[in-house]
Amino acid sequence: MRISRLLGVLILSILTFLLADVILRIAPGGYTHMIDFLSQPWPWYVAGPLIGLIVPMLLLLGGKQFGVSANLRHLCAVLDTKVEFFQYDWKSGTWNLVLIMGVLIGGWISMGFLENPDPIAISEATRSDLALLGVTEFRGLVPSQYFSWEGLLSGPGIVLMVLGGFLVGFGARWAGGCTSGHAISGLADLQLPSLVAVLGFFAGGLIATFVILPLVL
Amino acid sequence: MSTSKMGASRLIPYLLIGIYLGIVFTKSEVISWYRIQEMFRFQAFHMYGIIGSAVVVAAISIQIIKKWRVRALGGSEIVIPPKEMGSGTRYWAGGTVFGLGWAFAGACPGPLFALVGNGVTVMLVTIVAAVAGTFAYGVVRPRLPH
Repeated sequence: MRISRLLGVLILSILTFLLADVILRIAPGGYTHMIDFLSQPWPWYVAGPLIGLIVPMLLLLGGKQFGVSANLRHLCAVLDTKVEFFQYDWKSGTWNLVLIMGVLIGGWISMGFLENPDPIAISEATRSDLALLGVTEFRGLVPSQYFSWEGLLSGPGIVLMVLGGFLVGFGARWAGGCTSGHAISGLADLQLPSLVAVLGFFAGGLIATFVILPLVL
Repeated sequence: MSTSKMGASRLIPYLLIGIYLGIVFTKSEVISWYRIQEMFRFQAFHMYGIIGSAVVVAAISIQIIKKWRVRALGGSEIVIPPKEMGSGTRYWAGGTVFGLGWAFAGACPGPLFALVGNGVTVMLVTIVAAVAGTFAYGVVRPRLPH
């Protein structure tokens, strides 16, 4: 029963793929146009709704809530320590750990086939503000002068990558969620606590951006 | 909830959703440190447009699911547990701590993994640091206000 279902999905996917392939071959310049389009950075009105759809997808698939930072707790629970907060069956979060592995693979696919060759198109104002702080590198997704294995040994690198990561993990669990759990799932469900958390996200982000980064970079 | 006894084949949809999310994260550049800086400096609409439209689409979907009492694929009821406000301390204080980290690292938990996939392997260090931060929270939790 389950195998026949799986086969059905597989056959349908192959048929869809073949149909798309035929259309793209017939259309003038089909394949190059499609790859060109996909290689561009996607505008907010495409990306936002695509991200929002994750919420109903997970609910409909198995009544699951979209929340990425829960995985950090699951990883602590895997370690199996004496800390009470991590005494639960982490296997209940296997689906979420698998999802986050998918995110990693998705990033890898994007890099391999759909990479945008141009420097990132941030606003001119941001560019000059960051240049004043000492950012010289505007290629790629992150400034490699800080975000690289060599940069890790520098003061800014430690603050941005190590302290940044630590605060993300600590804060997300204290607040009971991160951007996906509070800003997207929580706000969408009109949860007041999530609004408070999101205001906190911005308070912290503004302090870091305007007070601490000028001292560190 | 029999989620702990999930067969491997039932996990495939979650892997596909993750891959989809990783591609959208990358192509919309929300995993970019530059984009997060641009957001906190209020110098572009991009990030606000993404989060805002994601919330609207998710909110409409949730309303439809609630109104029509749509069931999950296996036939089970969909319940979204409300968050307890309590004193609210955990939300503003924890939120502020998270915000500091978000601006430093230029990425929240999901994008950290997408960045590793994109070849920024040093972000593995940030992921380990985030796990350490989560662990530290677990240790001091009984002494923190919530």
